[in-house]
Amino acid sequence: MNAAAITPEIVAQHQLTPDEYGKIVEILGREPNYTELGIFSVMWSEHCSYKSSRLHLKKLPTRGKLVVQGPGENAGIIDIGGGYVIAFKIESHNHPSFIEPFQGAATGVGGILRDIFTMGARPIAVMDSLRFGRPDDPATGPRNRRIVSGVVAGIAHYGNCFGVPTVGGECIFEPCYDGNPLVNVFALGVCRKEDVFYAKAAGVGNPVIYVGARTGRDGIHGASMASAEFTEESKQKRPNVQVGDPFMEKLLLEACLEAMRTGAIVGIQDMGAAGLTCSTCEMGSRGGVGIEIELDRVPQRAAGMTPYEIMLSESQERMLLVADKGREEEVFRVFRKWGLEAVEIGVVTGDGMLRVRHHGEVVAEIPNRELADEAPLYDRPHTVPARPVGQAPDLPVADIQESLPALLASSDLCSKRWIWEQYDYQVRTNTVAGPERADAAIVRVKETGTSVAMALDGNSRYCYLDPREGAKLAVAECCRNLATVGAQPVAATNCLNFGNPEKPEIMAQLVEAIEGMGEACRFFDTPITGGNVSLYNETLGEGIYPTPVLGIVGLLKTAAPVTIPFKNAGRAVVLLGGLGGCNETDFGGTQYAKAILGRLWGIPPALDMEQEKHVHDAIRQILAEGLAESAHDLSDGGLAVALAECSFGPAGIGAQIDLDSDLRPDFLCFHEGPSRILVSTSQPGRVAEIAAGHGVEAPAIGVTIGKEIEIRQRTMTLGSWEISTLKALYDQGLEKQLDAGKKR
Amino acid sequence: MRFGVIVFPGSNCDHDAFYAAGHNLGQEAQFIWHDSASLGDVDAVVLPGGFSYGDYLRCGAIAKFSPVMAAVKKFAEGGGLVLGVCNGFQILVETGLLPGALIRNRGLKFICREVGLRVETTNSPFTAAAQTGQVLRMPIAHGEGCYIADERTLAELEAEDRVAFRYVDNPNGSLRDIAGILNAGRNVMGMMPHPERATEPLMGSSDGLAVFRSMLQSMVRA
Repeated sequence: MNAAAITPEIVAQHQLTPDEYGKIVEILGREPNYTELGIFSVMWSEHCSYKSSRLHLKKLPTRGKLVVQGPGENAGIIDIGGGYVIAFKIESHNHPSFIEPFQGAATGVGGILRDIFTMGARPIAVMDSLRFGRPDDPATGPRNRRIVSGVVAGIAHYGNCFGVPTVGGECIFEPCYDGNPLVNVFALGVCRKEDVFYAKAAGVGNPVIYVGARTGRDGIHGASMASAEFTEESKQKRPNVQVGDPFMEKLLLEACLEAMRTGAIVGIQDMGAAGLTCSTCEMGSRGGVGIEIELDRVPQRAAGMTPYEIMLSESQERMLLVADKGREEEVFRVFRKWGLEAVEIGVVTGDGMLRVRHHGEVVAEIPNRELADEAPLYDRPHTVPARPVGQAPDLPVADIQESLPALLASSDLCSKRWIWEQYDYQVRTNTVAGPERADAAIVRVKETGTSVAMALDGNSRYCYLDPREGAKLAVAECCRNLATVGAQPVAATNCLNFGNPEKPEIMAQLVEAIEGMGEACRFFDTPITGGNVSLYNETLGEGIYPTPVLGIVGLLKTAAPVTIPFKNAGRAVVLLGGLGGCNETDFGGTQYAKAILGRLWGIPPALDMEQEKHVHDAIRQILAEGLAESAHDLSDGGLAVALAECSFGPAGIGAQIDLDSDLRPDFLCFHEGPSRILVSTSQPGRVAEIAAGHGVEAPAIGVTIGKEIEIRQRTMTLGSWEISTLKALYDQGLEKQLDAGKKR
Repeated sequence: MRFGVIVFPGSNCDHDAFYAAGHNLGQEAQFIWHDSASLGDVDAVVLPGGFSYGDYLRCGAIAKFSPVMAAVKKFAEGGGLVLGVCNGFQILVETGLLPGALIRNRGLKFICREVGLRVETTNSPFTAAAQTGQVLRMPIAHGEGCYIADERTLAELEAEDRVAFRYVDNPNGSLRDIAGILNAGRNVMGMMPHPERATEPLMGSSDGLAVFRSMLQSMVRA
């Protein structure tokens, strides 16, 4: 073995603490060599080991009637009936997307897709949750715009070529993401229940087979990079970002699914973060076996790669599988058909060790279980989250007439068409509701006659004001989005994007958000079946807002969806859940506070989960009885923005509403109180009856009309607008901001 | 009627074409692998959308050399019906079965959007079931769908009534708004929009069925 001395400096370079190093020595019973140190450093990085969050993640609900597989595998699995299951998960690719937006985002899509088809499921939908800095900021705008264009093009490049529809998502702009954009990608696949595969090695003597792209020097230490704050030096880490090849991934998908059908595969795992290291030791650890590999046999792109480089490379589009001894040829035949390299690089052993040879010599020898599962676990100190200003500023008299157009054109609320038109959202002809058509995306499953609805939500302004309540609100909104298309929420996945957990106030944000999320997921019966934690989202010491993103899936019958826009004039407009209440403190997290006042204060809107659930039950019954011609929940921007969005359909139908309330006009129109859904119906009486049956208020607030929107408060007009004027602002909002900055 | 759907490595609308013909049109459909030297017993061939061989070069430039394309060429020369959609259109152009070229969209971005297509001729086995001037709604999803050709070729296409579809609102800069064209024998058609994605109301439009029904009618008559 290479006996080069491991100095404290080398240990520190690997982002391991002296204590962690001590634990390594204890596990090995000796000093590690350089390769082993590298292997430990990536497996024990925050990204791979969840060492700061694991303790708290245990507080999340993970079990449920329909849960076939919870956290711990490559993706969670839910039974959707009819003999089929879905596999889904969300993952972040934040750090790479900052360093190299196009490839960073592209490989983010690639990574999550592999997680899905590793389970035997064919990916049928992708969604993305994006956070960027302000595109029109004089100082940071040019870089932010480059990141926006690069990320969107990268997602489009990978998803479109691979052949998976990108059916929805969300995109928010905040100064806190200036130096730290977030790219969270959700993917969902479907397969027959008996065809699910697991990433578990088994059967001593079985061959370990490497398939897919060759191993190069790209992405070495990507996992550790994602586990540190950004500094000026990070920009020099561009070679740490991998390059994606969606065509190779498409071949890998088809070949893997076909090879799985031979019955000769025992277990399979993709090589994502920490590459060959992670796939070998995790598969071995899950199966309670050892794995021995010879690096000379690993297909390599560059000459003279060291064991350290081969083990830590994060080259994309690679898989590791264990086959039944004697049936290798069946597997090789499939990969040959698809023009892919498949090489036997090792064997399953009975001693529980990861043994790595190079030119026949043992270069690393580490017990799998300790490496994969016994990473240090930290109960990091957490105080209370830092609360921003609690005091409301003096609120100016609101101008509703001017404010609504300004809000609709603002970067968070405007249409994201510029983004989603670059994505193929229809390939595979399953997209029942694509981007911005309904509150949730809906994809049918041809094999079962049922559909899957999915929504992504996360409001980081709310979470900054109160991480616990903010996380609960995200769960509530996701479930509301699903209910609004008639779906029953069944399971969730989460992506927890936070700053540096070594700072107690950041750690407090993480702990509170997890606890809030756990409470809400338990309440709404949506167990979390997997996800991802992305910490150290800080640049030069400046952290992001705490940004937990929830992805929740729901089930429904396949049918024409009830969409957002009003369809006919002369229909009653009913506000399920009522006008709600608001005060100065609750108003500080709204989009109005952000876009019109340029402020953030107070606390998020109050959530009553019981009430929320009643509203969901009511809307599902209203939809099931075919009573709603349109349905749209109230969220960012409140009632007035939701009303405008309902008016932007092809029919050009708006509404005239009159609100019977004492609230200040700005609160009334723009407060973001949850548990509310706007419905248009020709049978308001029956709708009210159903709502009352669920104990939900459902005032008829107006009537749909052609071409215009008018909002009154007790007969006094607060504003009236031509739909076409508002729609133009809404449609062009994002493009204008991306262009306006350029001209500066 | 039996449709053969060609599968190149990187095809990704192959299943959609198969489903449109096999399920929504109610005919037989089968996949044909790219390295087959023969098409087998099929009545019509569909070259589906996708990124054949990754399309890292010019779209369709590699697919042109695949063994199956020799068979498709022979099939077309014998009068067989060949429909190329999106990447399939790009491959037909690269192969020389159709004239012109498809280059990067004018806006330089990939566009996925439902568009209006005006039927320019019903004198073809792909459009006979439609009405001239009828506007069909179906989606486009491409980055390189801007149709170009030299003036002489364009004039020839127009003179011979070989422009099958034009965009009502040109999304990609195609010359003369061309969205789909026919070969001189009128048995090969290439189009950038996706008729197979518009073959049932649940997907937002059934207008694409006009193309498949036309093919079916022409087979029944033949």
